[in-house]
Amino acid sequence: MLLSARLVTVTGTGDAVPRHRLLLISTALVLAGCGGPFPQSTLAPGSDFGRAVDQLFTSIVWWAAVVFVVVETLLVIALIRFRHREGRAAPRPTHGHTVLEITWTLAPAVILVFVAVPTVRTIFATAGEAPADALKVQVIGHQWWWEYKYPDLGITTANEMHLPAGKPVQVSITSADVIHSFWVPVLGGKRDAIPGHLTRIAFQADTAGDYSGQCAEFCGASHANMRLRVVVQSDSGFRGWVKAEQAGPIPPPRASLAERGKAVFSRSACLGCHAIQGVSPGIIGPNLTHVGSRMTIAGGTLANDSVHLARWIADAPALKPGALMMRMAPPLTDADIAAVVAYLQSLK
Amino acid sequence: MTHAAAIAPRTSLGLDNRKMAFWAFIGSECLLFGSLISTYLVYKGRSVVGPYPHDILNIPFTSISTFDLLMSSLTMVLALAAVQRADMRWGKLWLFATALLGLVFLGGQVIEFTEFVHKGLTIGTNLFGCTFFVLTGTHGAHVAVGVVWLLTLGARALQGKLGPANAMTVEIMGLYWHFVDVVWIVIFTVVYLIQ
Amino acid sequence: MSDAPRAGLTSWLTTTDHKRIGLLYFYTALGFFFLGGVEALVIRLQLAQPNGHVVSAEVYNQLFTMHGTTMVFLALMPLSASFFNYIVPLQIGARDVAFPRLNAFSYWVFLSGGLLLNASWVTGPLYHAGMLSVAPDGGWFGYANLTERQFSPGPNIDFWLLGLQILGVSSLAAGFNFIVTILNLRAPGMRMMRLPTFTWMTLVTQFLIITAFPVITVGLVFLMFDRFFGTHFYLPEAGGTPLLWQHLFWLFGHPEVYILILPAMGIVSEVLPTFARKPLFGYTVVVYSGILIGFMGWGVWSHHMFAVGLGPIADSVFAATTMLIAVPTGVKIFNWIGTLWGGAIRGTTALHFAVGFIAMFIIGGLSGVSHASPPADLQQTDTYYVVGHIHYVLFGGTVFGLFAGIYYWWPKMTGQLLDETLGKWHFWLQFIGMNLAFFPMHLIGLLGMPRRVYTYGPELGVGQLNLVSTIGAFTIALAMLVFLVNLLGIGRRRRAAPNDPWEGATLEWSVSSPPPVYNFSVIPTIESRLPRWRTERHGPMPDPPAVPPAPIHVPAGSWWPLVAALGIPVMALAPLTHTLWIVFVGAAILLVGIYRWAFEPFEV
Repeated sequence: MLLSARLVTVTGTGDAVPRHRLLLISTALVLAGCGGPFPQSTLAPGSDFGRAVDQLFTSIVWWAAVVFVVVETLLVIALIRFRHREGRAAPRPTHGHTVLEITWTLAPAVILVFVAVPTVRTIFATAGEAPADALKVQVIGHQWWWEYKYPDLGITTANEMHLPAGKPVQVSITSADVIHSFWVPVLGGKRDAIPGHLTRIAFQADTAGDYSGQCAEFCGASHANMRLRVVVQSDSGFRGWVKAEQAGPIPPPRASLAERGKAVFSRSACLGCHAIQGVSPGIIGPNLTHVGSRMTIAGGTLANDSVHLARWIADAPALKPGALMMRMAPPLTDADIAAVVAYLQSLK
Repeated sequence: MTHAAAIAPRTSLGLDNRKMAFWAFIGSECLLFGSLISTYLVYKGRSVVGPYPHDILNIPFTSISTFDLLMSSLTMVLALAAVQRADMRWGKLWLFATALLGLVFLGGQVIEFTEFVHKGLTIGTNLFGCTFFVLTGTHGAHVAVGVVWLLTLGARALQGKLGPANAMTVEIMGLYWHFVDVVWIVIFTVVYLIQ
Repeated sequence: MSDAPRAGLTSWLTTTDHKRIGLLYFYTALGFFFLGGVEALVIRLQLAQPNGHVVSAEVYNQLFTMHGTTMVFLALMPLSASFFNYIVPLQIGARDVAFPRLNAFSYWVFLSGGLLLNASWVTGPLYHAGMLSVAPDGGWFGYANLTERQFSPGPNIDFWLLGLQILGVSSLAAGFNFIVTILNLRAPGMRMMRLPTFTWMTLVTQFLIITAFPVITVGLVFLMFDRFFGTHFYLPEAGGTPLLWQHLFWLFGHPEVYILILPAMGIVSEVLPTFARKPLFGYTVVVYSGILIGFMGWGVWSHHMFAVGLGPIADSVFAATTMLIAVPTGVKIFNWIGTLWGGAIRGTTALHFAVGFIAMFIIGGLSGVSHASPPADLQQTDTYYVVGHIHYVLFGGTVFGLFAGIYYWWPKMTGQLLDETLGKWHFWLQFIGMNLAFFPMHLIGLLGMPRRVYTYGPELGVGQLNLVSTIGAFTIALAMLVFLVNLLGIGRRRRAAPNDPWEGATLEWSVSSPPPVYNFSVIPTIESRLPRWRTERHGPMPDPPAVPPAPIHVPAGSWWPLVAALGIPVMALAPLTHTLWIVFVGAAILLVGIYRWAFEPFEV
């Protein structure tokens, strides 16, 4: 199962397939000894960073396996061979053996040298420095969602990061509140998002795909619901996305439901927290200028469809414990919610 | 107590049990003050608003407090020597003198803290306030415990219950007092002298 | 001979007898161990399948926080302490510990700290919390700045930081006591290099306790000031950094790992020689490697912080020191195998657990090496891989070691033999259960499931592995039931234990089971490391006479340790209720206790 995980790459959006069916499929696969799909497997690296870590880990596992087999075998042999039997002479009271002591002090030390040297080499190789022309992305952790800024491209978005395949990326990470940890297992190791600090990782994704990850540092009530996606695209695909993001929001057609939704949005508490370019300046919640183009909402936990959007707007904490987006008082009417949903979905 | 000390059983290392425990305690306290002083140093110069140390620390005033505390170590030594040679008249005098010098130091700290608060430095003003008050406050609490301990010993002496037979209690008190004094020398150097 | 009452509630409340205090520690810690186990079972039920709904996110976060805190501070440490108390004075030929009343004080403070922490499960209504429990929910590691008032406004974290400070007082007091006891109360001829290995490891552990606990105390004091008095120790807005907490916590936290494992290593080093009928192989090396581990445990703390990004130089240094610590650990394992080699091994339950310790600890050690390597750790830290690792170390290691100790010393502590057949059932259920529960966690982590998540999606593909893990957890629970049946003697006649059921080499086996209140009718004189065995140069030591040749003074009990200990939790009620005057009441109780304690006639 462990090995087969390497063969598997990533799935598409998990929410597109009904949950119970996915469960059945994966059950069947695991029972058949194939396993997977494992979208967050660290054993199927999809970047230079991930591969460097995986190679190092693999070599450590082999050393560990050798040590494990040798030591446990010695233990089992001792237990079988030296069982107490009636009539056998009393054991010789040996107190120690200097040569043996020196040997089994040196043996692990030597093995550790074989682990330490590639470790240090990999530490420096993965120290988080990308070439100067790398695409720069700033990651800001929030309770419980991710904000991404592309300073050179003037883009701000949330939860779904878009990257070009085969291009080096420099990610700098911080937090707006408590400590989080940015982790996309297929693309490499995690790095903490610490308020007041800027940490870095650098990597180059191999191929286009949709990679999932999530916050890895316990950050409060909804730590489990702080998921994220990295959409790695072909060069042209990425350029298209950049262009769409850089454009302002699409104005809703006149007299449409979406236009009514815009009006509701503009007179409700929404605008205090959420930014929509040209409509509202909020900075506490995710930027919604192009929310309609995202696959998921609510920190990557829900599919971005009208049903989930409506439930989310009506009562976010019910879907995501502790969510800072509170139930509105007085609550929006169902009609208002439907209008806001239509508006948000129009923001492609 | 007298009786117990007199028939104290032989110990494996020949050192009194309480004294050895106290040395272990002092070792532990070193880590406590070490952590506090390290934090002070790590956060030095990282305050984002004033008052900063050079705005507010009054070195001449604190030097006098420091001298006072150093003198109290001297009187502590004299107190122990007097008790050990059964000279309880001087023993009492030096014990109370040490307690008085400790009280003077605490008074100085109260004056200093009050003045800082008037000048706008409270425990919540900035990182300097946090680290300064918690570090010197912890030390002050140690001095206060020492003063209570000294007064207790003094009272026992007045009742005639302190003598050479239980000089060990005075010796241990002295260990504590000298330790607290040495810690202050370090704090004074780190906080006041090396700004 | 003794003016201390020997029966009734008063005799237990006022006891200063190290053996009784050892039993108090044992039963209290066992209670907390089962409580922490129930918490683990609820956690495993929630995670048995994707999108589990057994408990809410809030309760789940409280459960994993309290599971960790309880197991570390209220179960494993005090279970070790019960053996320090009961066994160490017997092993060194002493009548009691150096400070019997301080020993009682340690226990009562421990009990009050444990009760205060767990009171948070039911005090929600007092805080209008909208739920029954306001238990700590910031993780056993309590990372700032999540624990600050801004992000954790409820009393949850207050219970945690006050409870831990109280427990720290208990551990520190016990630390000073046992250092002096071991260094100073040894019987004539019991030189340091003749001390039983368990006593040696106890000594190293106490030095770690008295040096590590002040550091966490300072960290907790900063947190308390931040939460109650408006300081900014961990607040980035004011120029501070939450990383200060991580450094202070792990400076304590890594020595704490050795505080948890060294006593178990000491137990294993006692059990193996007894049942292999052979002296510990390389005694000197085992002792020195224990001391070395104690020292090196101080230089590795940042390996808990590789994901923080300390820079390649610091990462390399801490990787090297961490890997280096594997050397003395490996040396111990080889010496244990060397002890078994050529012996006449009797497969008692105690031996099963000791061997189980070695077999499982090797796995924990090897997975530990994999995250001593910072790049590999970046994929493993904060995932279930690490949860698997620590459970191989602390359950496969410490808990197996402690159970070896329980099966080994229970006859001495209670005068009753445990049933060996039930013991073997217990062992095999626990052995199979732990491997089912914890081995899949390595895979779960490598497949991308972070730890401390109350839920996970089916798309991760780790549902089946989690189910296996849950089945393993319940197998362990079954093993615990078997253990309890054995311990309580349900359904069988109790059998009295002789002085020495195992033909042990050390002094505790030379006295009756349980030992008389004065331990030794005559303090023995020691001539060899294995006083009760025949060695090349020495015959076995004669056991002390059953009836003391001269009257032996035994100290009476005292109320004052209990009174003084009560003052501390009362003081803690002040911040919990935001009522200043309570702190003065607590301080007054503490002071009265200390003064009466200091001036009451009490002869050791």
